[in-house]
Amino acid sequence: MAFKSILFGEKEESLFLPNPEEPEYFGDLNLDYIVEEIVTHKDKYNLKEFLYNTLQDEEIIQFRQEVMQDLEENQELFKEMKRFARIIFDAVADVERTLKRLRETESDKSKNYLEKGRFLDRVEIYLANIESFVKTFHKFDLKSKGLSEFREYITDYANSSNFRKLQNEVQALREELSKVKYCMLIREGCIKVRKYEGEEDYSIEIERIFEKFKRSENKDFRKTFTEDPYAEHVEVGVLDLVAKVYPGTFSKLDSFYETNKNFVEEKLAKFSREIQFYIAYLEYIQAFKTKGLKFCYPKVVSHTKEIFSYESFDIALASRLKDQDKTVVCNDFYLEGPERIIVVSGPNHGGKTTFARTFGQLHYLASLGCPVPGREAQLYLCDRIFTHFEREEDVKSLQGKLENDLLRMQKILSTATQNSIIIINEFLSSTALKDAVAIGKQIMDILLKLDALSVWVTFLDELSRYSEKTVSMVSTVDPEDPSKRTFKIIRKPADGLAYAIHIAEKYGLTYHALKERIKA
Amino acid sequence: MKVHLMYRDLDFEKGAQIPENAETIARDLGLNVILEAMAKGDELVYNASKKAMLASLTDPEEIRYRQEIIKDSINNPAVVRSLYDVVIEAIQKERDWHFYVSSTSSISYLMSASVNVLQMFAEMLRKLRKIADANFPKFSSEGFRRLFRMLQEELSNEYLSQVSQLLEDLKFKDGMLISAELGNYNQGINYVLRKRPEGVMNRIKWQFAGKLCIHPRDENGGKDLINRKERATNLVTNALAQSADHVLKFFHTLRDELAFFIGCINLYETLQHLGCQIVFPIPHNCRERKHSFEELYDVSLALLKEGKVVGNTLDMDGKELIFITGANQGGKTTFLRSIGQAQLMMQCGMFVGAKFFSANVASGEFTHFIKEEDKELEKGKLDEELARMSEIANLIKPDALILFSESFSSTNEREGSEIARQIIKALLEKNIKIFFVTHFFDLANSFYQSKNDKFGFLRAERKEDGKRTFRVLEGRPLETSFGEDLYEKIFGSPLSHQDVDNLNLILTS
Repeated sequence: MAFKSILFGEKEESLFLPNPEEPEYFGDLNLDYIVEEIVTHKDKYNLKEFLYNTLQDEEIIQFRQEVMQDLEENQELFKEMKRFARIIFDAVADVERTLKRLRETESDKSKNYLEKGRFLDRVEIYLANIESFVKTFHKFDLKSKGLSEFREYITDYANSSNFRKLQNEVQALREELSKVKYCMLIREGCIKVRKYEGEEDYSIEIERIFEKFKRSENKDFRKTFTEDPYAEHVEVGVLDLVAKVYPGTFSKLDSFYETNKNFVEEKLAKFSREIQFYIAYLEYIQAFKTKGLKFCYPKVVSHTKEIFSYESFDIALASRLKDQDKTVVCNDFYLEGPERIIVVSGPNHGGKTTFARTFGQLHYLASLGCPVPGREAQLYLCDRIFTHFEREEDVKSLQGKLENDLLRMQKILSTATQNSIIIINEFLSSTALKDAVAIGKQIMDILLKLDALSVWVTFLDELSRYSEKTVSMVSTVDPEDPSKRTFKIIRKPADGLAYAIHIAEKYGLTYHALKERIKA
Repeated sequence: MKVHLMYRDLDFEKGAQIPENAETIARDLGLNVILEAMAKGDELVYNASKKAMLASLTDPEEIRYRQEIIKDSINNPAVVRSLYDVVIEAIQKERDWHFYVSSTSSISYLMSASVNVLQMFAEMLRKLRKIADANFPKFSSEGFRRLFRMLQEELSNEYLSQVSQLLEDLKFKDGMLISAELGNYNQGINYVLRKRPEGVMNRIKWQFAGKLCIHPRDENGGKDLINRKERATNLVTNALAQSADHVLKFFHTLRDELAFFIGCINLYETLQHLGCQIVFPIPHNCRERKHSFEELYDVSLALLKEGKVVGNTLDMDGKELIFITGANQGGKTTFLRSIGQAQLMMQCGMFVGAKFFSANVASGEFTHFIKEEDKELEKGKLDEELARMSEIANLIKPDALILFSESFSSTNEREGSEIARQIIKALLEKNIKIFFVTHFFDLANSFYQSKNDKFGFLRAERKEDGKRTFRVLEGRPLETSFGEDLYEKIFGSPLSHQDVDNLNLILTS
């Protein structure tokens, strides 16, 4: 059981990364916003590739959940892993840049010992960090197959003869280079270089002569200087001259470079990138956990369509609210037996769309192997997610809009399978009621035949009692003050007023709205 | 390098504390005239002299220390002036060259600026030392001797030529030598400025060394070289800039302290020229009560009149409270001023305008003079007088000296005397020495009647024929201020005795 990838186990990963583009349903579910937040400050890892491609493989999902759990449950391990991964990634990236520059600049005129110096430095960092990390790594109790295999792999690597050999070479080279001491004579725009031959420290003499002018309350005119060279090409030139007076030492550096150009362990380099998937996500959800919101590892099933989720919430909304110091309202849902379609109705702005989004987000995150919002969940392993949300398109007429909507719906229904998830939000809301009911029933028939799990937010509450496969959920209001939304969506028969209220609300003519509008 | 001519152990700047009532006493005692005579148009001398006079010394030892230096100055005016000239020249040159040493300047700039200025300063210091060499034996004060010795010891010819040589070398005309080691990625670290060994061998070796040249249009490369040099000379430049700074401060301090002595020389020469005598006073501890003098005169009056003026000879040793009464315009206020001036001058180490002078030092000097405009004796001006007295009360400490001139005469004699009595009583209990010029007979007399030998009574002299001598002599308070003399002077005919009583009533109300 050799370690291959921390994201895909032993499976062939190219099978799992077909889409370089953002999935179509992202915008409707606000997943684009969520993904942007997850990858903030992590551009160099290019994690979007992993986030755009969901899994339909229960094994890999399980594999990932275990790794996620190991890292989530152990603070120390998370911290160490984060540090180690970043150092390795950066070292490898630096080395690639160095190698590129050396390919470009090395010639007869210059051997660019500055870049070769960087190369040596990175190798040293790489080796040292692996060695120390392996020691720390063994302190932890690991439950996931992924991390256990990785630990075995990296331990073997650190103990391998190649590794040791490289360490020794680095050390020897360091010792040699530490003996180099040279002198520069700078005069009129030129630098000459020779070995240092014991010349006197001038500042001692100067300080001595001006000693009598020293006073404790003197100003300090010293500046801080960094040790980095100001202009690379000058330092490279100087080093070429130094190499001429220390030929043995520098030719050792040359051969070190030649022999070890490809020292990087590919699997390790890949690991340092892939592990960031877990790190980024866990860091992202930490902010919500500190506000008391819960996350859980869902059971992802394919043999049944009985699903549930308790105390879940819309992550994008939660993220926006946390900056305003408000909390998001959590909701539950479940489907049992023949139930397949949740029909959501009720007053506008009551949280229906949010609920629909949550449903979609949960399934998306579950299919990535991530923990999802909520206390407990069982979710379906879908093959695709489809969304049909209101679009603010520049339609010339309502007729044009209906046509567009129907075309889109038709496309979805013809592509979806029984394993897909379909989320419809306020479809048919600009058509006359009679037409809407008729069309709605037709679409409902097709959906029922498809047997796909769906959520349909609508004002047509006929649809909510359509068959044993439909479930009605309603957004509720505060009984004391009907203008106040609770944002709680509960299983309950639709109360028939939804459409009327819907229209009235749209024109600001409900009791409360109208009262507000007429000022004395 | 220290100056310490004003104080044995401090710089003038640090030691001099100007009291809050400085402007008041300067005005009341007519100091401006004296200061201008000291300054002879030099603003620096004026300011230094003013500062010195108002920041009184209270330790007789310190006074003696300074007196010796002033004596040396008066005896060697040309030498002191030449020292002053050198210092002025150095400071002027530094200003001309805009040696602007600020912490924001680059190391390169600081380095070359410091080297240039130090070369100039070295020359000036050599000039100072030469003056010291030529004139050491003529000076006997501890202060000057120490200064000269310091110049001779610290700035020997040998040292100054070492400095010269070093400063030339620090122009790096033959290139700057820097040693370096390799950092974690072979970058040059641990830059140390090195001294190039002398000799032909060394030159030859470097002749054959590997060379890298920066193209003239390679701006970045040029900056890189500068950066290298700055890294290497960071510490050295710091030392040089600090030294330049220090020497500049030395020149400034020397200038400010010499300025005062120049002022003393100027005043001495002027008074000599006018035929006025001066003497170095004997200072006594502030706990003692001494105040005796011969021919003490108002120096500002002498300068204004450009000639000798009347002096007073009195022995007020052991006195805490001295009343001065007597004829109007009889020289009482002038006498008071001469007392005030002498005290200030003594306590700044100077000579005073007298043939002999001995007094205890005061912890502070205060004046409460009637303001010129208030001679109308209006009511409501009392508030103003009391306010001024209150300000003094905030500042005055035991063993101070306070001079009252016609105080509280903005009210009637009874009220004014009562106020004065209370104030005097309190001040005496706090061991404060008081000189009180007044025409309140009752006030002066009540103290006279107590027959306390710590109280002294003086009267402006008036001859039988009414003529004033402007002298102040010992004498008990008299009931009249001799207004009849004034009357006769103004109206041309003598007063009858009835009129005298009436007049006195008017004059004393």
